[in-house]
Amino acid sequence: MSGRMKRWDIWSLITFVIFVGYLVFLALPLFMLLIKSFFDSNTGDFSLAYFHKFFSKAYYMNAVWNSIKVTVSVTLLSILVAGPLAYIMTIARIKGSAAVRILILISSMSAPFIGAYAWILLLGRSGVITAFMSRVFGFTMPDVYGFSGILLVLTLQLSPLIFMYVSGALKNVDNSLMEAAESMNCTGLRKMWKILVPLITPTLLAGGLLVFMRAFADFGTPMLIGEGYRTVPVLIFNEFISEVGGDDGFAAAISVIVVLFAVAVFLLQKYVANRKSYSMSALNPIEPKKLKGWANLAAHAYVYLFTVLALMPQVYVAYTSFLKTSGKIFVDGYSLDSYRAAFSKVGDAIYNTFMMASITIVIITLAAVLIAYVTVKRKGAGANVLDTFTMLPYIVPGSILGIALLVTFNKEPLVLSGTAVILIVAFVIRRLPYTIRSSAAVLHQVNDSIEEAAISLGASTLRTFFKITVPMMISGVFAGAIISWISIITELSTSIILYTGKTRTMTVAVYTEVVRGNYGVAAALSTLLTVITVLSLLLFFKLSGKKEVTM
Amino acid sequence: MSVAISFKNIVKKYGDTTVIPELSLNIQKGEFFTLLGPSGCGKTTLLRMVAGFNSIEGGDLGFNDKVMNNVPPGKRNIGMVFQNYAIFPHLSVSENVAFGLENRKVGKEERQRRVAEILDTVQIEIYKNRMPKNLSGGQQQRVALARAIVINPDVLLMDEPLSNLDAQLRVDMRNAIKRIQREVGITTVYVTHDQEEAMAVSDRIAVMKSGIIQQVGTPRDIYQRPANLFVATFIGRTNVMDAKLERGAGGSMVLRVGNSYSLEVPGLQEELLSAATAEVKVSVRPEEFVLAGDGAGLPGTVVNNVFLGLNTHLVVALENGQEVEVIQQSASTQAVEIGQQVTLAILPESVNVYDQSGERNLNRGIRL
Repeated sequence: MSGRMKRWDIWSLITFVIFVGYLVFLALPLFMLLIKSFFDSNTGDFSLAYFHKFFSKAYYMNAVWNSIKVTVSVTLLSILVAGPLAYIMTIARIKGSAAVRILILISSMSAPFIGAYAWILLLGRSGVITAFMSRVFGFTMPDVYGFSGILLVLTLQLSPLIFMYVSGALKNVDNSLMEAAESMNCTGLRKMWKILVPLITPTLLAGGLLVFMRAFADFGTPMLIGEGYRTVPVLIFNEFISEVGGDDGFAAAISVIVVLFAVAVFLLQKYVANRKSYSMSALNPIEPKKLKGWANLAAHAYVYLFTVLALMPQVYVAYTSFLKTSGKIFVDGYSLDSYRAAFSKVGDAIYNTFMMASITIVIITLAAVLIAYVTVKRKGAGANVLDTFTMLPYIVPGSILGIALLVTFNKEPLVLSGTAVILIVAFVIRRLPYTIRSSAAVLHQVNDSIEEAAISLGASTLRTFFKITVPMMISGVFAGAIISWISIITELSTSIILYTGKTRTMTVAVYTEVVRGNYGVAAALSTLLTVITVLSLLLFFKLSGKKEVTM
Repeated sequence: MSVAISFKNIVKKYGDTTVIPELSLNIQKGEFFTLLGPSGCGKTTLLRMVAGFNSIEGGDLGFNDKVMNNVPPGKRNIGMVFQNYAIFPHLSVSENVAFGLENRKVGKEERQRRVAEILDTVQIEIYKNRMPKNLSGGQQQRVALARAIVINPDVLLMDEPLSNLDAQLRVDMRNAIKRIQREVGITTVYVTHDQEEAMAVSDRIAVMKSGIIQQVGTPRDIYQRPANLFVATFIGRTNVMDAKLERGAGGSMVLRVGNSYSLEVPGLQEELLSAATAEVKVSVRPEEFVLAGDGAGLPGTVVNNVFLGLNTHLVVALENGQEVEVIQQSASTQAVEIGQQVTLAILPESVNVYDQSGERNLNRGIRL
């Protein structure tokens, strides 16, 4: 009913408080970044020098070109790899398909840079596969560093997202549409091209955007496996962090350009997707059928090969974590030395990760419940602005948010730099959307009349919310919170900007150990992260009763 | 305590669109009152205004002369049954029913007693510990009803409560609702688009169209003396025919239907006739036709007959080509074959005569 009574109540206050939170911790930092980019950091005068510098030097334009090359290639390749994968899994009966789905999901949940370092161990100059191939076959493997390495790692890491999106969409395609097409003599590839592809195009665009944004913002992968292949996040990091001649203002200018570019891509995607969207729900979904002969074999081979490749990094890293080490190198035999070293050397990182992630998740849970409620059930101007705010972290790369927070809160009146607070703020803002979306999805299912029933029975607004609404949305909230949790403990690009010696996280520790060549400790920490991720996912499956995750 | 509900020039607007223009209506204390109309007629809007979920843009809504316009829903002491029941899925049957009592700070013992009592009234006491998802539609309906009346509301509001049930259960439940309402004696406002359901449960019915009340009356009034052609066609089935009304000998009113049939109709408001003859519309319900044999009547040909046990439904094509529906008691008549010529007489005391526009019933004693 559009005639809902609008009253100034406790919800208006809550909306206002959340709104102020977003203004202070998201809008203000981004605005400060904008200011910084237009004013010379030494003289304080208005200047376009940073932008001029960026656009006039081939060195910087080269990084932009690299980033676009990587991002577009990764997005297209992910669609090409994962689209057919989802299609095969939908139409063909694959042995162990439930397990395959979960394994693919797990592979997508790890930090990308762990994949990068694992592939260096496997395919790098002294990687085990490289060594094996040259020893046994005398064959020199192609170079895995630079563009091709980044492409390999990010495609394997991000194509599961496309897989999950497309699988979800295919599940909503009613089989009768396929049968109707067949009855009109539209079969095989023609049927797929004419019916199926248009139906899942909006989903491909949404998934593609997600992959695009992640590939674009990823910092750890090009840093580790790129070996001098500079992408924009690497550039920003170097300009900002670099001990010699780093320049905040210039980093801010690049950040502004990146955010504008990301917003443009986002709006373009939204525009195209809106024009092509259909609402579907299948009464009669497509049933997987057992394929025959070569087709069956090929389908199985494709699915299994992808799963193995996607999981390879994590499995190999876990394996190396049990190897005996001597100094920095692995030697024959097995031991738990790496774990002992991990706990003694970087125990604080483990503690920090858990402490900060736990506080973050409590804040996220509370905020998500309230925001989801405001945006779903209290439609209005305030709710729409709030909705836009919650979408921003999808567009703003983590490292840029980190820089924005740092330049804003490193001086009076609010000094947060170097504290755990600033990391928690960054985590909350970046990972809140997962929980909001999951909570909102449940809330959309709750009919307005449930609340009206409670109110008509004399319950106050707050009592209705806590006794009726919250218990009904709690499964969605927890499910979303677990996904937020996983993405917090595996996040690198913000923490690497914001951490100090006292607030180092596990991912930062893994990254620094890898850079130092301390592979044993890095492997032990990565494995620990993987184990926590898998356990959290199992909890998620149990709580949500689902075998899929919406990102 | 039951209350009387008064609507005085009530206006509802959504933005610039007026959905209900100046509506006035009085509902008696303890009455089972139904708002009936096609979808979009404003009946649910009106109900939600009584509940307090919709704002009121003009006029006064009163419970026993106390103006309720700005009283929030929770303070109106209403019980509401929603179309989708709105049972709290995470609470058991008895917790659902106890919810309103808890909000009213009713003590634990009294709460338990009243919940048990009401569950007994609606006959679901054996399910009191079940969760809603383990209940059938009819059982959920009873929980919703129990939850709404256990708080002793001043008014019971029901928004299409039976529309999600299958046909047989609908009939059972409407009897149950009527029985329970009579037992507890609460003023009840009931919204439905199903005219049969409205007739079955209501003391009085308001027929609505486009936010305007067309007629208020008992089910019998509304069926037998519809105020206008909209009500006549919306409630039950009827045949509308063109006819001429003339002044006959001795001041009686004579209705001419077709080429040859005329009948004297008593109880018409002749003062409404300006000319000697007037074009009118007549509404004849299928059961108000009589097969006249050799007597006077409208000649026609049977084009279809459907035997339904108790009744036989005939479709008869008249001389001018219009097809009319006729219902005959199966037992009272010989079987009538398709193609057979018949003569249809109209019962003069049942027929309703309307002016040419169909806006106005010319019979005397129409209660608006």
